[in-house]
This record gives sequence, structure tokens and C-alpha cells, in this order.
Amino acid sequence: MLETKSLSAGYGKRIIVGNVNINVNRGEIITLIGSNGSGKSTLLKTISSQLEKISGNIYIQNKNISDYGRNELAKKVSLMLTGKTEPELMTCLELVESGRYPYTGTFGILSAEDKRKARYALKLVGGEDIADVEITKTSDGQRQKIMLARAICQDTDIMILDEPTSYLDIKHKLELLSILKKLVREKNTTVIMSLHELDLAQKISDKIICVKNNKIDRTGTPDEIFSGDYINYLYDIKCGSYNDIYGFSELEKISGKPEIFVICGGGAEIYRKLQRQGIPFAAGIIHENDIEYPVVSALASVMISEKAYEPISTEKIQLAKNIIAECREVICLCDNFGTMNRGNLELLEFAEQQKKLSSP
Amino acid sequence: MTKNKRYIICFSALIILYLLLIFLNLTNGSTDSGIEYLFTKTDNAEDLTARNIIMNIRLPRTLAAAILGGALAISGFLLQNFFSNPIAGPFVLGISSGAKLIVALTMIFTLTHGIASNSFITVTASVTGSMMSMGFILLLSGKIKNISMLIIAGVMTGYICNAVTELAVTFADDSNIVNLHNWSVGTFSGTDMEEVYFMSAVVIPCVFFTFMLSKPLSAFQLGEGYAESMGVNIKLFRFEMILLSSILSACVTAFAGPVSFLGVAVPHIIKGVFRTAKPIIIIPAVFIGGGAMCLFCDLTARTVFAPTELSISTVTAIFGAPVVIFIMIKRKRG
Repeated sequence: MLETKSLSAGYGKRIIVGNVNINVNRGEIITLIGSNGSGKSTLLKTISSQLEKISGNIYIQNKNISDYGRNELAKKVSLMLTGKTEPELMTCLELVESGRYPYTGTFGILSAEDKRKARYALKLVGGEDIADVEITKTSDGQRQKIMLARAICQDTDIMILDEPTSYLDIKHKLELLSILKKLVREKNTTVIMSLHELDLAQKISDKIICVKNNKIDRTGTPDEIFSGDYINYLYDIKCGSYNDIYGFSELEKISGKPEIFVICGGGAEIYRKLQRQGIPFAAGIIHENDIEYPVVSALASVMISEKAYEPISTEKIQLAKNIIAECREVICLCDNFGTMNRGNLELLEFAEQQKKLSSP
Repeated sequence: MTKNKRYIICFSALIILYLLLIFLNLTNGSTDSGIEYLFTKTDNAEDLTARNIIMNIRLPRTLAAAILGGALAISGFLLQNFFSNPIAGPFVLGISSGAKLIVALTMIFTLTHGIASNSFITVTASVTGSMMSMGFILLLSGKIKNISMLIIAGVMTGYICNAVTELAVTFADDSNIVNLHNWSVGTFSGTDMEEVYFMSAVVIPCVFFTFMLSKPLSAFQLGEGYAESMGVNIKLFRFEMILLSSILSACVTAFAGPVSFLGVAVPHIIKGVFRTAKPIIIIPAVFIGGGAMCLFCDLTARTVFAPTELSISTVTAIFGAPVVIFIMIKRKRG
């Protein structure tokens, strides 16, 4: 559907993203991720011909983009840009209808077919109730949906969206992305977009393109990209961490000699509370398959863990006891001790002896 | 009320107002020469004078006000869209003043060298001047993104041009001064039919061409990015907008001198009344509305303190400047 060959994008002679070779199939959702200023927007602008390419070629349906006429291209690729567009005195429906531009005559008069398509697009995004409201009087969430409807109305095979979910709250983010999914299913449209929400990118995309250090650093399926420590590397995360599996981020752990020992059990909130208060803490003994394991490993300055499905070993218990002896306080989150975490009961008793136990 | 119904009602009202103002401009003035004189068969001296006044003085002046007012309003509408700035206009951006400067210099030159000046020379000088100012403002707009600051830059450009014009006028021959002074404050007085033909030949094609740009203009209202993605040739389109607005405002300056605020106020009023900014509706409405407003202002200028005449800019400023203030209050942000 869309292919680039050794494409270099940038401003003037300054290359922002170079040697881009991507191949997008019909009906795929492709997401560009990468830190601010990495060149995602520049690349999208170049692919959508907003920006003159520096070198290389772009092909749409195996035809070089420079061989397309303006109008012909406008029937192939539609666009949704980041940033506010506030044309005065224009209703939502009129704005959606403006997407019919490449199909209308000299004066832009809409045919019945054009009007039908505009209505359909508006319905697809669930914006029928605000059809006659002026766009300047809508909320950010509504406006983005209307801008999406405009792009849908342009009736193209490829849609390019630059950070479509920016400024939106979580409800509207999910709504917008659901509409995109629906669109891909119903019309087999190809979507190329940039997103900052990694968790959403992971879930919606068929393919993810990572932009870093003036090039495409990695391309792959979400499974391939969101594995190991790649995201932390991609974004140069130093003051915190990103969890690939659950798609959550944590602030930087408070390092230093632990003041509090947390006996692991249920509830991640205590770890985040200690992090907020700036108190370094140790935590254990936690199994590697425990649901809280990612949070503990991201936030505890010292963590004692045990392999999945193994009972807690005596060495680990001794290690934990040594740390408890050095701490001023012990918090126990566990109230149910079975065979596997019998060791933690021993820690609880030890803390009671030391008179360090306090309620969470 | 459906949109189309609203457009029809508004257009009808506007056209009636326009015709009414044309009629009033023809029949009112410092002499008591009513329209009935046109239909008298007698050839006595009184009738002849009255007929002469209506046909050779009031008619060209009225037509000039109608055409140039429309031209100025269209120019303002184009500039507002170009800069996506609701208070842009040829006067506030200093484009009229630039035109005025070059026209004044040309007038002084031709008069002192005994060259008979004509419409063609004046319009050419005026277009040159407005293109120069426009070029300067475009340079500034690359550096100044803030809407209000751009306007201030324009007003300052206007002041500089006016100062140089004043200087040139001050040192001009006595015989030129009267002529120049009247023109440099803005007036429709002394227009003859020759000039009306000439201005029509410039303005009407320009307005028609602007109307033909309705479709890309509507896309441009969403911003350059969207316009381009829908197939508009942005570079060409921007050039066309600049050229048309410069020629239109230059034509006004050439014949009537600088006319203030009309270019800003009229598009805004029209959009407010029609409750739309669709170019295909607004362009014709702005042309008629600009003409109507200019006819009204010229009538006021001629009749309120008759036989003393006010300059057209004095009157347009009284009606136009408050509109600008109103827009600024309404927008609130930079």
C-alpha cells in the first residue's frame, strides 16, 4: 500500500530522520513511537507530502508519489494533524463536509453523494448530535472526533494521524482509538499515526516503528517491540521505568539504605506511597510470578525474590532477616500464609520479636 | 431557520440597502437637486445644472464609493484569511499607507515635471507601494507570530509611510499641495466617469477572480496543512491572495486615498449577520456590504456638516474602529 525507499525527511538540508525503509500493507495500523523531537511528526509530514522530502522515494500502490497529481493524491491520503484548528462560524457538519474537497467541482458544491458520505463519517465517530454546533464551541474531545470524521469523509485508502490523542482524557483517547479500529475493520483503511501513549500503541497497532537517533531504530509487532528493556532504551528513561507487559510507568526508585522493610502480600499502593514520601525501602520475599513483582522491582531499593512456584528458601529468609535487623520499621501486607510463602510468616514473627512491626 | 433561508433573507436585505443608499447618494447633497430633475423635459438653466450635478458629479462619486468600498472589504477579507487574523486589513497593516506614499511621490514628480498624470500611472504607483508594504509585513509575519503584535507592526509601518508622505507634501510646490492634501486624507470627491470606468476594469475582474478562489479559500480556513492535504497548491494560492488583496486595496488608495477600517469592519459585520464564514457566500456579500458601508459613510461625510465635507476616513474610522475594538475584546487572547 505504502512504501518508502531510503527516504530522508527533514527541514532544508538538515536530516531529522534518514534512511527510512518501511512497507505498510492495506488495512494495517502502524504506529510511530519515540521521544519528543525524535522526528515522528517530520516523518509523517514527509510521507503525507506536507514537507518536501530530502532524498529517497515514497510509493503509494507501487506508484511514486511525485507522479500523483494534487487531487489524485488527496483521494489517496487524508490527514489529521496535531494542534487546534478553529475555523470561525463553521459547524461540525460543515467541517466534516470539507473533507469532500477533492471530489467537488470548481465551487465546491456538494452532491447528494458527498452529503451522504459526510453523514456516514459523522455517524461513525458518533458526532451526529453536534452536527450543527459550531466547531469553536466544542470540547477538545469532540473536536478531535470531528477532525477524524473529516479525514474519514475524504474517503482515502491511507489515513495519516499525527498524535491524534494528544490533549484528550482517557475516555476520549479510548473512544478515538476504538473508532480507528472500527474504521480499519469496516473499510480496510491503512492507518499510520504517531502516539505518545505506549500502552495504547501496544494494544492497537499491527506494527510499531521506533524512531530514535535520526533513524528508524526498530520495526516490529508490538510483541517484538515491547519486550525486555527496549522501551527504557528507546526513550532514554533514566528517572523511572516503563513496564512492557502491563504498560505502566513508575517514577525513579528511591535508592539508598532501606529504612522500612515491606513483607509482600496484597496491594501495590504502599510501595508508591513510600516512593512519593521519598523513603528508601526493602521488599520481599516475593515470587517472580507475583502480580506485584513488576512494581516492587521498579520501586524497591532492595528486593528479595524467589523463583516462581518454589517455596521460599532458608538463605533468602536469612538474607531478609539481616535487612530487617537494619530497618527501623516493618510493614506486613500479607495476611494469608500458605505453603509457598511460609517463609514470610517467619519474617513476620521475627519482626514482632524485634518490635518493629507496624500496620500498613 | 435553515441556513439557506437565512442567506436568502440576508442577501435580499443587503441588496435593498445597497440600492437605497445609491438612491440617497444620488439625490442628496449640498445643493437641492432631487432625482425628479432627471425626468423633467424642460431645458431651463436650473434643470440643466441639477441634471449636470447628478450625472457628472454625484453619479461617478456614488459609483466610485460603491465599487471601491467593495474592493476594500474584499481586500480585508483576503488578508484576514491569509494571516488567520480577524483584525487584519489593508489600513491597519500599513498597506494603504505604503501605497499612499508611492502615489504621493509619483504625483509630486509628475506635477513638477509637467507630465499629465492619469489613472494608469496612479494605479501602477499605488500597486507598487502596496506590494512594498505587503512584502515588509510578510517579512515581519515570519518573525512575529502574535496576532496583536503583527497589527502593531503594521500600524507602525503605516506611521513611517505617513511621515515620509507628509514630508514630501510639505516640501512640494504650493500648487500641488491643495490637490495632494485632499487626496491624502481620503475622499471620493472629484471622481469622474473616466476614472469610474478604469476602476471598474481593475476591481471587477479582481473580485470575480477572488470569487473563483472560494473553494480553496474554504480549505485554507482549516489551516495550511489541511488545505494542502486536500489538494490545494498552497504556494500559488498564497501568492494569488496577496496579489489580489494588494491590487484591490491599491486601487482604492489610488482613487480615493487611504480609507480606514472599512476593510476590517465589513467582513466581520457580514460574517456576523450571515452567521457563516463560507467564502462562496461571504465574498459576494462582503463586496455588496463594503459598497453599502462606503456609500453610507460618504453620504455622511458629504451631508452632515454640508457644505463642509469631512474626509471619508474620518467617518469610516468612527464606524469601523469600534468594530475592531469589539473583535479584540471578544477574542481576549493574543
